[in-house]
Amino acid sequence: MLKEKKLVLIVDDDPDYLFQLKHHVESFGFDTITAESVADAEKALAQKPDLAILDLMMETQDAGFVLAYKIKKEFPDVPIIIATAVTSETGMNFHLDTEQDRKWIKADLYLEKGIRSDQLHREISKLLKL
Amino acid sequence: MEKLKVLVVDDEPGIRSGVIRILKNYSIGFPFLEEDFSFEISEAETGERALEIIQNDGADIVLLDNKLPGIQGIEVLEKISKMRIDTAVMMITSYASLDIAVKATNFGAYNFVPKPFTPDELKSSIENISKHLFLKRMTQKLKEEGKQIRFQFLSVLSHELKSPLNAIEGYLKIMEEKQVGENLNDYMSMIDRSLVRIKSMRNLIIDMLDLTRLESGKKARKLKMINLKELAQMALDTIKPMSIQHSINVISEIDDDVLFEADQDEIEIIFNNLLSNAVKYNRDGGEIRFHVKRSEKEIKIMVSDTGIGISDEDLPKLFEEFSRIKNNDTRNISGTGLGLSITKKMIELYKGTIDIDSKLHFGTTFTIKLPIQNKQND
Repeated sequence: MLKEKKLVLIVDDDPDYLFQLKHHVESFGFDTITAESVADAEKALAQKPDLAILDLMMETQDAGFVLAYKIKKEFPDVPIIIATAVTSETGMNFHLDTEQDRKWIKADLYLEKGIRSDQLHREISKLLKL
Repeated sequence: MEKLKVLVVDDEPGIRSGVIRILKNYSIGFPFLEEDFSFEISEAETGERALEIIQNDGADIVLLDNKLPGIQGIEVLEKISKMRIDTAVMMITSYASLDIAVKATNFGAYNFVPKPFTPDELKSSIENISKHLFLKRMTQKLKEEGKQIRFQFLSVLSHELKSPLNAIEGYLKIMEEKQVGENLNDYMSMIDRSLVRIKSMRNLIIDMLDLTRLESGKKARKLKMINLKELAQMALDTIKPMSIQHSINVISEIDDDVLFEADQDEIEIIFNNLLSNAVKYNRDGGEIRFHVKRSEKEIKIMVSDTGIGISDEDLPKLFEEFSRIKNNDTRNISGTGLGLSITKKMIELYKGTIDIDSKLHFGTTFTIKLPIQNKQND
């Protein structure tokens, strides 16, 4: 029996990172939809993705959080990965500063960008319970 | 070698011995550090015991299970956060329990590691947390020493510097593993993109140097009488290839012998930033007007383009560091988000002003006025 391919939404305002993620995720055997902005991502939600990978800093520094919140509100069961290049290395937890920020953390997983593709594959499979 | 104290809090002996086995001979080094970190591990079966150990011996890193026989992990975390000590807590829990994750984050948990975890997952978490701890302590020390660090600026800077590196590294990895086959031609677009990212990173570094030089005020400014006409001509020559490429007509009106007391490098940066923006944000076949005029009291520089323009709501963000206006018109234009902020700071050095007049989709005009200081009256 043919199993339907899972659909992964990838959102990143860095076109190169977006291209690479798409390349990797498709090589894992998933279908992808990509968006370079929050607005495009919201439109793409109409296609009901099975999982979403979101960049954190896009139009605003917490665009990924806001988007995650919106996606979870509409599709509570869609697992969300937030991938970020902002790390704690700067000695500051940028994205957890205020009470309000903390309420936005509706992601299932944080990843630092630069994760190996096999690790990413494992994490996606885990979240999709494959 | 510096030792970090790790405390494992879990009622399952298997987890505790597993962590000990994994971390016993593990050490990590960072390129920016001379010393490596290794780990000294202690264990506790209950939260109560863990708090005792922390109070008596201290701990740098706590690996904390949430489900414990007595008080729960989350309560232990709350108590640790109230002690106001320099301990990083990593919760051993499943990602699925969002509730606990949110609570734990509120109490300052550094991150989460899912159970069961692989040795590699634990090691990479420990590596991150050690780095975090080290940098936190270092910034703390700098603060105590009175060295002001602009955290926000640094975080954004790290993002801006790391994004191109991530992109280039990603392409190199794809190429290393020959993921799209043996034919080199299939990798050309990745090579091109990597070169583009390297170029923009180089621009960022140049802008950063301009900015730090401005802010540190260390480099002595060399003020002397300079002929603005010469500098204006140089800046026009610099943008010529780019403007020809986009068929942009440049019309300049520059007064002869505009002498002005200034630092040549600074004026060059002002001219170059404004003119290169006028090309970058123009449309193909558009026009640039560049005026440099001298009156008795001031030098007036005007750069006007027929490009994409700036909306009223975006205008206030224009001079902020690292702010880039993001929309469909700008998405293919590369920039560091520093040029105008630097330009403005430079202009302020001359007690000058910069004004913008812009109409979305029609173009933007920058007008700069630099007052002429009358030396004899000083």
